Amino acid sequence: MRYIEPHAHMVSRTTDDYERMALAGCEAVCEPAFWAGFDRSSPAGFFDYFSQLTEHEPKRAAKFGLKHFCWLCINSKEAEDVKLAEEVIALIPKFLKRPNVLGIGEIGLNKNSRNELRVLEMQVELAAKFNQLILVHTPHLEDKLKGTKLILDVLKNDKRIQPGRVIIDHVEEHTVEMVLNCGMWAGMTLYPETKCTPARAIDILETYGSENIWMNSACDWGVSDPLAVPKTALEMKKRGHLASAVEKIIFQNPKKFLRQSKNFKLGI
Amino acid sequence: MTRQQILDLYFLDARHKLIEIAAFLDRVERAEGKDDFRLKSFRAALAKLDDKKKNRAKEVLMIFSDLTTKPIGKATGKGAVGAWQKIK
Ligand SMILES: [Zn+2]
Repeated sequence: MRYIEPHAHMVSRTTDDYERMALAGCEAVCEPAFWAGFDRSSPAGFFDYFSQLTEHEPKRAAKFGLKHFCWLCINSKEAEDVKLAEEVIALIPKFLKRPNVLGIGEIGLNKNSRNELRVLEMQVELAAKFNQLILVHTPHLEDKLKGTKLILDVLKNDKRIQPGRVIIDHVEEHTVEMVLNCGMWAGMTLYPETKCTPARAIDILETYGSENIWMNSACDWGVSDPLAVPKTALEMKKRGHLASAVEKIIFQNPKKFLRQSKNFKLGI
Repeated sequence: MTRQQILDLYFLDARHKLIEIAAFLDRVERAEGKDDFRLKSFRAALAKLDDKKKNRAKEVLMIFSDLTTKPIGKATGKGAVGAWQKIK
């Protein structure tokens, strides 16, 4: 079974993970810029990270036959410091010219603060100015509902942003409907404890349909599973979903969204 | 899938999780001290399970959610704890 992993933080994973993903049928992995698990001390830390995402990581993935793409931004967990954010955002335009960059992401909110919101608006502006796709991180747990609403308001209020070019990630049962109703794409993240389990992700598909929706592992430096997408595909089969319906969710849908970036090429 | 097939696929898993919740509540209540906002939300969410509505997962998530609408003044930490507490 072939699939696309549309959200994975491979800089935190081992080559064993790349190999297992390739063996499971992964053809491309897309890596949004995110928090490292600790705060970077300066814009130079982000410069190095963006270089890693655009130069080094594609080579590491290629050793396992995998295409590697990335998204660039300053993440919401480091967005309380607006001055730092401004300096990091100023670095991004020249990296947008790199051939594996898909857009601006994962931007969004973490604790739903005023400064986070301001930095989100700055990065929506950046995406609009450079006509980039947007990938949005929605907050965790108790903060998700409010954060998702605040984020949707920012995006809907900017008439330059086409909803079909935005993916709102980490949706759950209480946020998926409002995202799809705005005409944006929804991403379901498969995590062992927080976010969605495979069973719940399939419930969401059965309830809200399979248009404009994808699944990802969001595997990173924490407890997460780089094979969460193919494992959920297996569970879809157990639930009686046809092979074509599985392929739509794990391959065709991410391909359809990501192909809106001219840089997304699978080579098949 | 039929209801029977869903039961065959998920009953044991759901039974296991239900017993874990029961044991968790016993464990919390055996321990000394007071409840906090998380346990209050947890008990409110448990009440939703008996609801006749068909969107229990959404209802439970709503119970744990911050339902306010204005951004907060400043993010003082990065983490979330799973239930919302009104800051006095
Ligand atoms: Zn992520």
